[in-house]
Amino acid sequence: MTRISVTVDGVESTDEVEPRTLLVQYLREARGRTGTPVGCDTSNCGACTVLVDGRAVKSCALLAVQADGREVTTVQGLSNGALHPVQRAFHERHALQCGYCTPGMIMAAVDLLRETPDPTEQEVREGLEGNLCRCTGYQNIVAAVRDAAAELRGAS
Amino acid sequence: MIPVGFEYSRPSTVEEAVAALAADPDAKVLAGGQSLLPVLRLRLAAPTTLVDLRDVESLHGVRVAGDDLVIGAMTTHDEILHDARVAEHAPLIAAATATVGDRQVRHLGTFGGSLSHADPAGDLPAVACALDATMVAVGPNGRREIPAADFFVDYLTTALAPDEILVEVRVPDTAGWGHRYEKFNRMAQAWSIVGVAALVRRVDGGVTDTRVALTNMGRRPVRATAVERALTGTAGDAGAVTAAAGHADEGAEPPSDVNGAADYRAHLSRVLTRRALTVAVGA
Repeated sequence: MTRISVTVDGVESTDEVEPRTLLVQYLREARGRTGTPVGCDTSNCGACTVLVDGRAVKSCALLAVQADGREVTTVQGLSNGALHPVQRAFHERHALQCGYCTPGMIMAAVDLLRETPDPTEQEVREGLEGNLCRCTGYQNIVAAVRDAAAELRGAS
Repeated sequence: MIPVGFEYSRPSTVEEAVAALAADPDAKVLAGGQSLLPVLRLRLAAPTTLVDLRDVESLHGVRVAGDDLVIGAMTTHDEILHDARVAEHAPLIAAATATVGDRQVRHLGTFGGSLSHADPAGDLPAVACALDATMVAVGPNGRREIPAADFFVDYLTTALAPDEILVEVRVPDTAGWGHRYEKFNRMAQAWSIVGVAALVRRVDGGVTDTRVALTNMGRRPVRATAVERALTGTAGDAGAVTAAAGHADEGAEPPSDVNGAADYRAHLSRVLTRRALTVAVGA
């Protein structure tokens, strides 16, 4: 077992983990953050995307021990109470059907907008290349991300 | 799936890391883990120790040393994409890195990790070969330099000994050279079916140097020397580019797999080489 300290959605905790524990397992099983789903288990689909030190990563593609000393933000920690502008845009644009990809899609979009505050449609599509949606055909997802971008630019 | 259990070691110096590797013949280096973790999860590999290099400060970052750009092995793809020195001295690396994986993978995956993994479908080994980069490795017997052409030995196999670590990559300055990484795949974030890394230097219009290396056209990156000879010394016009690109698959032994048969890859290599050179000559 290895001792790690990880801040998850603003709460720091020290835990003993097996080195082989994936970050997504740690988040769900040790920290109760079940808003982050396990998707494909092959690092293709991006459903498990979270932010580590503010950068989007696939939480099934790193070990919990690799997050030691770092700050993790899951979809549950994006905002306090009210919806984050990206979450609200996904709701208003109906940018989901089954919803399984949505937490990862939202986290990847937040990361994209950090770097590219005013993305073109093409930049949104390329920026979300690491996230698969098998329901929507992406159209409403792209629209939601561009709506959220406009709102975030107006707010800053 | 969950990986098989292993011991975890997180040294803070290269010497400690080498000692940790030497202590367990079945140890593996963990860099960004973006190739290793999927392999562990699928249980295609079961190392008994992982040696995580994240705390080894000397392996991180980019610097300029004389005429060379020196890239620390643990520098992430994302850091490379945001580094002005890479953009200036080795823009081919920046261009190819932008096509690696997806943004999540680029945040964690490292330059040295990609090279050491030596996946024939990985983009950066061919880039290192086209640039005639030098790999710097450290093992129990000290430091040694390995030319890129000798570093990639076989499928997923490099010249590194099991207890050696790639610490940095020295890249000759190619500021002012035309460059292009032309990659063909069927969908976002997929591996290259074929990729072409091209560099062209022109003086007074004439082509004085050509470097072309191919991704996924064999068990390791392939230097397309027949293309290089054919283009160098020409005026770099469209006719010369097309004629040179026709030699792209000479000497290559492309694989046949679910993504394409060998003859299809040979065709792709000629087409992509023409496209890459057309951009690199600046025509």
